[in-house]
Amino acid sequence: MKRRLFSFIGINFLRSSTLLSISFIFFLISIIILKGFQVINWEFITQPPKEFMTKGGIFPAIVGTFYLTFLSIIVASPIGILTGIFLVEYSRKNWFLSLIKITIGTLSGIPSIIFALFGLAIFVVLFRFGVSILSGGLTLAVMILPTIIKTTEEAIRTVPDNFREAAYALGAKKSETIIKVVLPVALPNILTGIIVSVGRAAGETAPILFTAATFYTRKLPKSIFEETMALPYHIYALMTEGTQAKSQVPIAYGTALVLLALVFLMNGFAIFIRYKMRRGKKW
Amino acid sequence: MKDTFFKRITLFSSYLTIGFLILIVFSIFKEGIPGILKIGIKEFIFGRYWAPYLDTPQFGIYPLIVGSIFATLGALIVSIPLGVGTAIYVAEIANPKLKEIIKPFIEILAGIPSVIFGLFGMAFLGPLFVRLFNISTGLNLFTASIILGIMVLPIISSISEDAISSVPKDLREASYALGANRWETIIFVVLPKARVGIISAIVLGFGRAIGETMVVLMVAGGASRIPKSIFCPVRTMTATIAAEMGETMVGSLHFKALFGIGVVLFIITLISIMLSEFMRLKKV
Repeated sequence: MKRRLFSFIGINFLRSSTLLSISFIFFLISIIILKGFQVINWEFITQPPKEFMTKGGIFPAIVGTFYLTFLSIIVASPIGILTGIFLVEYSRKNWFLSLIKITIGTLSGIPSIIFALFGLAIFVVLFRFGVSILSGGLTLAVMILPTIIKTTEEAIRTVPDNFREAAYALGAKKSETIIKVVLPVALPNILTGIIVSVGRAAGETAPILFTAATFYTRKLPKSIFEETMALPYHIYALMTEGTQAKSQVPIAYGTALVLLALVFLMNGFAIFIRYKMRRGKKW
Repeated sequence: MKDTFFKRITLFSSYLTIGFLILIVFSIFKEGIPGILKIGIKEFIFGRYWAPYLDTPQFGIYPLIVGSIFATLGALIVSIPLGVGTAIYVAEIANPKLKEIIKPFIEILAGIPSVIFGLFGMAFLGPLFVRLFNISTGLNLFTASIILGIMVLPIISSISEDAISSVPKDLREASYALGANRWETIIFVVLPKARVGIISAIVLGFGRAIGETMVVLMVAGGASRIPKSIFCPVRTMTATIAAEMGETMVGSLHFKALFGIGVVLFIITLISIMLSEFMRLKKV
């Protein structure tokens, strides 16, 4: 009898902790959606902010986030994909491989504020890029690099060896085999990793705090050497700067909904590609 | 010819990746170490006051370290039962259909930007707690711990679940054959076997929580004092860097002291990463 009671309590504890976790997520997302929808309209998305952020839209922040994310992906993707190729196709089991593995593990665990310090010291101060899209984009690029490497590595590892052997049998060199056979097969999975990274780069605040972001501007950036507004930083700024909390908090919710939608859209897109890919596989 | 060229490009990219890490370490330590030495290691780590704007500025990060550790421990108190509980439920109890619903939900949680958690804590949960507990401010250790705990939950639950799922099926069957029920099998057979994996998940969660910036910056209240109760505002190492770096002169002692905090933070996270990796490889 006692055993059954313990079992009953235990299992229900597990059930309720799962339920609690899920309801918290559900609750958080509902609050953002409900409060966000109250301010979102066409003007909110297409107009610059007005009257010290108490009115108007968030268009410059959307554009800024697009620039930052785009730049970081453009920089991180080739380095990440090539490193992933090296790990699977060329590396041997030696100290150098262990070194790269440790590097990737460490890079993915470093706090985002450390990346911010690094970006400030290297890109803003040392390279004299100043507080700019370039500095922020490069900082974000280094931050998402380990994710891209890891997904590329996994994607290439899943390509069956007979594909490579068939290519060799036809007289292809190793580089030709990788570029023309292995990469096309692995591409959808690599893309999935890149898209997830887009979501991550778009949502990060700390790395752009003192490398790229500015609180209030009505203009759009003209070059990558200018500072910019960005969606995540805009939420932070609305909540901590300025004095008109009453009119700023709703805008913050609206901005959060736009950012959340962007991130979910990216993740959904990635899941869709993975799903399509799995169904299309015939081996 | 082209063949070795391509190989070299991939090798070069790998060098670049390692180079970035070296550059990160170099840039933090180059500014941070001189700052720490100038302030004095003992004064920096154990100094009771962080007051950079006084005429004779004080750079003691002891209250910030305490703030970071309290917020992180608070987060773990929330996320260990919820995260490990969810992991066990998903791996051992939930039927496959339910599993397919719960897992994406947790994955969604991992993708939500931290600033949105910060907004939620500041604009919703904080004011709610003020009314609920009749406290003076909702931005405190308690609120920060809860939100931080929810944030690290997906890390702890996904890695724990991997550890639990990798426990061989025969062990469970042997346990059932001896007359144990499901709960007893989980507690006496599955969990002890998955122990190392779960602990490594918790260590990784610790590293993530102590390095998290936006949530504590927005929700923890920002007082650099040692808290007397869980409803006191606190300030963490990460929040201090984020809040003050924008206003410092490049190269000033304050600037260097903030990089010094970065050094301490980097060392703490490095230790937690190594510990977690080591445990996962060794499976003691």
